[in-house]
Amino acid sequence: MAESLRNLARILAAYALLAGSIVLLAATGVVNPYWVQILELACVVAISAQGLNVIYGYTGLFSLGHAAFLGIGAYTAAYLMKTVGGQSQVLFFTALLAGGGAAAVIACLIGLPALRLTSDYLGIATLGFGIIMKVVFDNADSFLPELGGARGMTGITKMTTVPWVVFFLLVSLLIVRNTIHSSYGRAIISIREDEIAAETMGIDTFRYKMVGFVMGCAFAGVAGGLYAHLYAFLHPSNFDFFKSIDILVIVVLGGLGNMSGVLVASFGWIFLLEGLRVVLPPGYVELRWVLIPVLLIVTMLLRPQGLFGTREFPFLRGRLYR
Amino acid sequence: MEYFAQQVINGLQLGFVYALIALGYTMVYGIVRLINFAHGDVFMIGAFIGFYTIERYHLPLALVFLSAVAGCTVLAVLIEQLAYRPLRHAPKIASLITAIGVSLFLEYFTSLRQVFGPNFYSFPRPFPVVIWEVGGILVTNIQAVILVVTVLCLLFLQFIVFRTKMGRGMRAVSYDYVTAGLMGVNVNRVISFTFGLGAALAGVGGVLYGIAYPQVNTFMGFMPGLKAFTAAVLGGIGNIPGAVLGALIMGQSETMVSAYLSSTYRDGIAFVILILVLLWKPTGILGAPRAEKV
Repeated sequence: MAESLRNLARILAAYALLAGSIVLLAATGVVNPYWVQILELACVVAISAQGLNVIYGYTGLFSLGHAAFLGIGAYTAAYLMKTVGGQSQVLFFTALLAGGGAAAVIACLIGLPALRLTSDYLGIATLGFGIIMKVVFDNADSFLPELGGARGMTGITKMTTVPWVVFFLLVSLLIVRNTIHSSYGRAIISIREDEIAAETMGIDTFRYKMVGFVMGCAFAGVAGGLYAHLYAFLHPSNFDFFKSIDILVIVVLGGLGNMSGVLVASFGWIFLLEGLRVVLPPGYVELRWVLIPVLLIVTMLLRPQGLFGTREFPFLRGRLYR
Repeated sequence: MEYFAQQVINGLQLGFVYALIALGYTMVYGIVRLINFAHGDVFMIGAFIGFYTIERYHLPLALVFLSAVAGCTVLAVLIEQLAYRPLRHAPKIASLITAIGVSLFLEYFTSLRQVFGPNFYSFPRPFPVVIWEVGGILVTNIQAVILVVTVLCLLFLQFIVFRTKMGRGMRAVSYDYVTAGLMGVNVNRVISFTFGLGAALAGVGGVLYGIAYPQVNTFMGFMPGLKAFTAAVLGGIGNIPGAVLGALIMGQSETMVSAYLSSTYRDGIAFVILILVLLWKPTGILGAPRAEKV
């Protein structure tokens, strides 16, 4: 009891320190609003990347449609806030959870048939689902005019702030850490390592695959809600195949099944993208997407196992390894 | 009824082009188990080679095809040797990410102003278009060219795979990579050859696509590539007739949705069919189930 209280105090202190220092830096003008927004985006991306890390890194389910779940969360949360939420912080929190819930429900419906597929076939099925969802978002205005369809969704209030993104990032890290080091986590990892062996040991592989998949997609849903209220504008192209690839690249670069690596890679990726925009001379910004693939290929050639390997930050380690 | 028949013809035109791309995906996947995302961009390069050889140099059609084939083959073999070969024994995801990297590189590098440029270019018609009316259905000579060229390519492919030593090597490597190597098959050369062969077909496909849908852009390879790969999975990946069958289904479904429903749903339908087929038969329509080794 005393220890769990101490843990809680430690987490709250970490949260206050992180969010407080960023807010302070922003308020004193050390960090300009543009970079604060980039930082918020990086946190949002980190949350959804942790989701894919659970799905692909820990459970071993190859998913190429992660951005679709981001989109489901984003549109759900934005719709709820636009129709009933207004400016209320409490309702914002609820809307984010509803976005995560919607993504989880749809993940469940998709997972029921799709998780029977293995490896690359699952990848193709999720890729297909991603493209179908993009078509649905594109035509969304024909059943709910508020969603805007291919013209994009406007009229969303900017609700996402530093305290919110840091809060959800910390919560997602804690959930992943505690799940992975529980019996659920053991089961999930054993499926990744060898599904047949896991089944022989009495693990209900389908059920645990579903747990991993739904949990990861729920993270994407919450991240989507935060994303919607960060830029106050949604467009179906924010959730296309390339965005799924972005998140996949982050997870692979960070190292599959490595929370610290994925966390660092999320921030590194976003700041690299934006940093190159600043560093490259005007008129050469298109070179960004020529340099990044080269960097990607070279990284894969030199370190195919991801940048971090198997090392974790101390606060993300399991008790067994402490 | 005539409208329907007309759509079938249009669907065939699209399906044949998809088939030429899908063959490259299915052969490469059959041998190295890699979704070669860069294949769609090789197809784009083929279309651009066609664009330049017709627009700038006014080459005859046969030479246009030949230069597209040569250019794409060299490109694909280079990609294989520089990017994929060093990763042959790394985790599979590393090759996949590299393939995505190569794809993005080809798209964005060629869209630089110094290379092809980011604009849409209208593809010149290499011959005047003739329209025939057959029982109320309009058939163009473009469709005839696509049909003849695709069938020739398929016959050529069939010949290579089943009647040559290299073809036997390809079949052996796709059946069992390690054992084929032990039996004296030069695995590296077979893999390079497969990449080259697939790219040659994509090059032909690129030129045909440019003739049929006369517009080229450096990002044009993405969607056809994705759909061609889906077609290959639909037919049973690694299976050559399957890829053609899948591509024809893909072409038909897409054309029918555009004709009878709305073209905004066009990109979605192919994947709905794919998911349904995968649920019913996870290895694709003509794919043989693989024995699982424990």
